[in-house]
Amino acid sequence: MKYLDEFRDQNQAHNIAAAIANETRPDRDYRIMEFCGGHTHAIFRYGVQDLMPNNVQFVHGPGCPVCVLPIARLEAVMQMLRQYHIILCTYGDMMRVPGVNRRSLLQARAEGADIRMVYSTTDALQIARDHSTQAVVFFAIGFETTTPATAVAIKQAQAEGLKNFSVMSNHVLTPAALGAILNAEQPVAIDGLLGPSHVSSIIGSQPYEHFAQHYQKPIVVAGFEPLDVMQSTLMCIRLLNQGRNIVENEYTRVVTHAGNRKAQALIQDVFEIRDTFEWRGLGQLKNSALQIRQTFAEFDAERRFPVEPDVLKENKACECPAILRGQKRPTDCKLFGNGCTPASPIGSCMVSSEGACAAYWSYAGFRVPANNKQYENLSG
Amino acid sequence: MKLNIKNGKIDMSHGSGGRASALLIEELFLKYLNNDWLAQRNDSATFNIDAGRMVMSTDAHVISPLFFPGGDIGSLAVYGSVNDVAMSGAKPLYLSVSFILEEGFALCDLECIVISMAQAAKDCAVNIVCGDTKVVERGKGDGVFISTTGVGVLPQDVNICGSKAQVGDIIILSGSIGDHGVAILSKRENLQFETTIESDSAALNHLVADMVNAVPQIHCLRDPTRGGLATTLNEIATQSAVGMHIHETAIPVKAEVAAACELLGLDPLYMANEGKLIAICARADAETLLCVMRDHPLAKHSSIIGEIVADKHRLVQMHTAFGGQRIVDYLNADPLPRIC
Repeated sequence: MKYLDEFRDQNQAHNIAAAIANETRPDRDYRIMEFCGGHTHAIFRYGVQDLMPNNVQFVHGPGCPVCVLPIARLEAVMQMLRQYHIILCTYGDMMRVPGVNRRSLLQARAEGADIRMVYSTTDALQIARDHSTQAVVFFAIGFETTTPATAVAIKQAQAEGLKNFSVMSNHVLTPAALGAILNAEQPVAIDGLLGPSHVSSIIGSQPYEHFAQHYQKPIVVAGFEPLDVMQSTLMCIRLLNQGRNIVENEYTRVVTHAGNRKAQALIQDVFEIRDTFEWRGLGQLKNSALQIRQTFAEFDAERRFPVEPDVLKENKACECPAILRGQKRPTDCKLFGNGCTPASPIGSCMVSSEGACAAYWSYAGFRVPANNKQYENLSG
Repeated sequence: MKLNIKNGKIDMSHGSGGRASALLIEELFLKYLNNDWLAQRNDSATFNIDAGRMVMSTDAHVISPLFFPGGDIGSLAVYGSVNDVAMSGAKPLYLSVSFILEEGFALCDLECIVISMAQAAKDCAVNIVCGDTKVVERGKGDGVFISTTGVGVLPQDVNICGSKAQVGDIIILSGSIGDHGVAILSKRENLQFETTIESDSAALNHLVADMVNAVPQIHCLRDPTRGGLATTLNEIATQSAVGMHIHETAIPVKAEVAAACELLGLDPLYMANEGKLIAICARADAETLLCVMRDHPLAKHSSIIGEIVADKHRLVQMHTAFGGQRIVDYLNADPLPRIC
């Protein structure tokens, strides 16, 4: 496949691996957080960790949109489905996330709720056009990558006078999550970061400069292909060796310094920053998410279909929060493999293909041997 | 009274067992599927079989859309049971078929499906010897559901079974994976994209006959349908209590299939196939079997994709094209596209 195979080339991988082995200093560790689930996925799917020296470790970050959505937001939409006669549209990844009593949207659908899996906001708009007498709610999730598409849908609905269409916005902001990780009371020990890939195509590499400088950690914006991850890791190691805490951009074929200004303007036009928003794992974060502006209030499902979800607690045994903060690994969780697997997930990190737990389970072969509670990498 | 195939629709009377049902059978099913057994109009079919053991398998088909690039529900329903019987090494001979039709289903579409079934049965050299039709109210079906059951005969010296994979055995795949899954996805109502990919839907019994003829001692045969190659390999690893090592670069995936999967965040290893098989045989037989397979038009692109290893955890492990290693697990749920 042109433009993809080039970034999955085994010979290039060995060349970069040799450069990394050559440039890492044996007297220190390199703990590098890959921010996005897309990076985590690439690391495990292609076996990138196998090509790294022992003192280069990846710490998995919070950049998985499904994983950071708190159970309360899922419960809010479940209540919306119970209280109002709506058709709910959402992306496929969201369907299996377990909510209260491990109930997912897939189960709600089986019990009679009208829930449609869509591949884009265009599909959701079409469903609204096809069902003009019914309210159609799009459950919008994602970082800045998916926000412009939601903004376009809302503007399109306004232009068409599609009054039965509305959006429940759960869009969140990457810099806020990055700040929460680096500014935590007990910050996770990381030396550098691989910065977001698709998100940065929208917001650019500029927003990370403050973090690199303030927290004294190099950040390399990295693509999602395995060679991108390896090349970015090499760049990060070089910056660490040189003691330069700056932002570099490996993903230059897509990401610019300023980002996509048109998309940014669209987001700005339709959305405004929420005072506070709950993140799974990171808690309540100020100025970390987007809500629909007053000008587009008639397309805001939260205004049109108000619900008051109960105060909800996450499953205490589930370590998703600590895993999302990079403080624990999936194998540190008691539930990992013991009741929580991709077939029957308890935590959101086991649901999404971008979740760290799903990557560990599906690709790396970490399983619990029957008579031994210690996890081992069976494929190693 | 005549059946209005051009403009008519299925109504509840077609499933009543009365005159309308008889008309449907006479002017549609018998017209295209007729043979000595159906012509007798009995409640059951009686047939003689050659010496050997009998093999039986059943398959229900609820596919959407009913007509897709490279096939339709009719031919798929015939191939489904024929292939399942063939995977034991048997020669499929007879099929039963049950239709569940939804009120309002167009008779012209039903005719297309029945014609397709007749052609498929002819290609497989099997006879459809009994059948049944029921009609459900509008909204309680999805146009048409078809269930088929196949019966075949197995020679005494053939013993092919999912639990017979042995350490050291070779795994052969008969061609590219994911064609059917991508062809279907491309025509789903909410996910239409342009592709030239056609379903690989095909009858594998003639290919299996050639393979069994050349190497009767094949250990395992299976067609990787739902759940894809990954799930089928895991099933056999579990059944045989072995592990597997496979090589990503040896698994053929068409460029269009790879591209569609890439776009949707899906993995070809988990996409359905309807005209491929995997064969597991002793290392000494692998070359002979591979040659026979490559001589058959449905398996021209056969390749050795890996081998059976000892592994108490029964894992399927893959050497990636990138040079790393990962495990390949069962399919856990319907493949869902990723968000970003």
